[in-house]
Amino acid sequence: MRKAIIAAFVALFAGPAMAAGGGGTLVSPAAGWSFDGPFGHYDKGAMQRGFQVYLEVCAGCHSMEYIAFRNLADLGYNEAEIKAIAAEYEVQDGPDEEGEMFMRPARASDRIPSPYRNDNEARANNGGALPPDLSLMAKARPNGADYIYSLMLGYTDAPEGVEVADGMHYNTAYPGGLIAMPQPIWGDDVEYSDGSPTSAEAISADLTHFLMWTAEPKLEVRKRIGVAAVFFLSIFLVMSYFAKRRIWAQLEN
Amino acid sequence: MSAEKFSNPVVRWIDHRLPVFSMLEHEKYDYPVPKNLNYMWNFGVLAGLALVIMIVTGIVLAMSYTAHVDHAFGSVERIMRDVNHGWLIRYIHMNTASFFFIVVYIHMFRGLYYGSYKAPRELLWILGVVIFLLMMATAFMGYVLPWGQMSFWGATVITNLFSAVPLVGDSIVTLLWGGFSVDNPTLNRFFSLHYLLPFVISGVIVLHIVALHRFGSNNPIGIDAKGPQDTISFHPYYTIKDMVGVAMFLLLLAIAVFFFPNAMGHPDNYIPANAMQTPAHIVPEWYFLPFYAILRAVPDKLGGVLLMFGAIAVLFILPWLDRSPVRSARFRPVFRIFFWLLLIDTILLGYLGGQPAEGIYVLLSRLATAWYFAHFLVFLPLLGIFENTKPLPKSISEPVLATTRGTA
Repeated sequence: MRKAIIAAFVALFAGPAMAAGGGGTLVSPAAGWSFDGPFGHYDKGAMQRGFQVYLEVCAGCHSMEYIAFRNLADLGYNEAEIKAIAAEYEVQDGPDEEGEMFMRPARASDRIPSPYRNDNEARANNGGALPPDLSLMAKARPNGADYIYSLMLGYTDAPEGVEVADGMHYNTAYPGGLIAMPQPIWGDDVEYSDGSPTSAEAISADLTHFLMWTAEPKLEVRKRIGVAAVFFLSIFLVMSYFAKRRIWAQLEN
Repeated sequence: MSAEKFSNPVVRWIDHRLPVFSMLEHEKYDYPVPKNLNYMWNFGVLAGLALVIMIVTGIVLAMSYTAHVDHAFGSVERIMRDVNHGWLIRYIHMNTASFFFIVVYIHMFRGLYYGSYKAPRELLWILGVVIFLLMMATAFMGYVLPWGQMSFWGATVITNLFSAVPLVGDSIVTLLWGGFSVDNPTLNRFFSLHYLLPFVISGVIVLHIVALHRFGSNNPIGIDAKGPQDTISFHPYYTIKDMVGVAMFLLLLAIAVFFFPNAMGHPDNYIPANAMQTPAHIVPEWYFLPFYAILRAVPDKLGGVLLMFGAIAVLFILPWLDRSPVRSARFRPVFRIFFWLLLIDTILLGYLGGQPAEGIYVLLSRLATAWYFAHFLVFLPLLGIFENTKPLPKSISEPVLATTRGTA
């Protein structure tokens, strides 16, 4: 009976995770993701490059609602660098003493401003489609990291018999195949200051790395505490078991 | 009970006026527990632990959560990003909810297997089913609070079920919503009730324990303790045995919280609620899937709702459906087969509840639903009459001494 219960438990636990697939075809980079696994961690270089890709390729249409400039410290930028990045943006503040709203350079505490004032403007500029906010994308899709990576690389000609309407594109990773977003990454879209490769695969992997961080900024500390917690609780379990054996042994005498 | 048994004068002074220490002492040492309980008897304590974790983390979360349609999603993200260890508190709350149901489902199936619902423990069992219903309501409303896509659409689908009630259905739905669609008043009342119900559950648990202590635990053999040779004190024997279960529970919970925190959730709930856009598949949390499958197995809305609630209603009358005088499945060879079939059937229903309601899944859902009800309404009553049960041991001590297989 005990074995059956454990099997049922495993099935319940793993079931939703396995069922979460479906939709398009997903691939992952050959090297895997450094943030996977119990000792997973982020690669600061990849995140900085991915941030650059976001700014130069994605940010024209996609907002990043939940990331403030100060959060970029996680990517390895120091205070001065963050101030400089923020200062390139203007945000509305106010009202001032006369009751007027005014524009000022962004500060570290401001969130990254959205490219559009509202959803309607976003739709009007994108043929009726709303570019989703990217802060949580890596958690808002099944196998989010692989999904983003595959979506960047999944643009192909539509297979025989699939009608692609005007303004739509075919993508093997997108559920249903037809996506409004035109292909964003072609290879050599950006120039990295650290000389890293700029193939479509490399750029997509860097961007995915950055977007995984925006979705789950506490991943590193979570896994670090997790390893300690599992280690401690394993010892607690073994000790409880032997204490139990010992106490019950008195009973049999 | 005399207060002289306590050596600490402060304890003695208090106990003389407020005998809480005597009560604890009584539960710890004087409450006789059958000596042959196996690890399946850990799950009541584990369920209690899960509730405590839920209440503590929930109260902390409520300090930073905003129950408003414009701010709920953002406030949860703020907890995840800006509140100190907020991500940890929320992931513990999310995952313990699932673990609470895992533990309670095992607790219930343990009761089914060993006949723990039979006389004189019928009310104990019924109070347990009441707790289960309250848990489902609490969990459902809690899932709505982050105001993601599944929160919103799950709330829409489930609250709409009540419109199937004849005559007053639409009024009930309006009352649940606080308006004419799932909106801000719905979120507010769900938050209010989500905060309230765990304390109602705590109250029913007190009754559950009072009822339990009237006749004590059932045991794997299912015969009553005949005397002191059949029982041991709760402390230290079962406190330490429960500790092993607690350690295992916390270990598995930690693995989920720290390494697979979103595995039992749905990615769509990281998309803010949008009344204009329906998700491809609306699915409830995994622990509701068997009931969701039963709901969808019936082509008629009212029929589906009745059957779904009926699936829990049969549990209320279970003590009178199963009339076999033998409690434990160990001595009921045919019942034992039907027990495992029911477990498989329930897991199958859970799987089917997560699949789209089309093609072969519909037919399978209907068959599995029919089997579920046949188990309780046909097989159990018939088994009570026709099953040849194995001879029962004379006492709990006898088989324990007779076999070399210890209970440790």
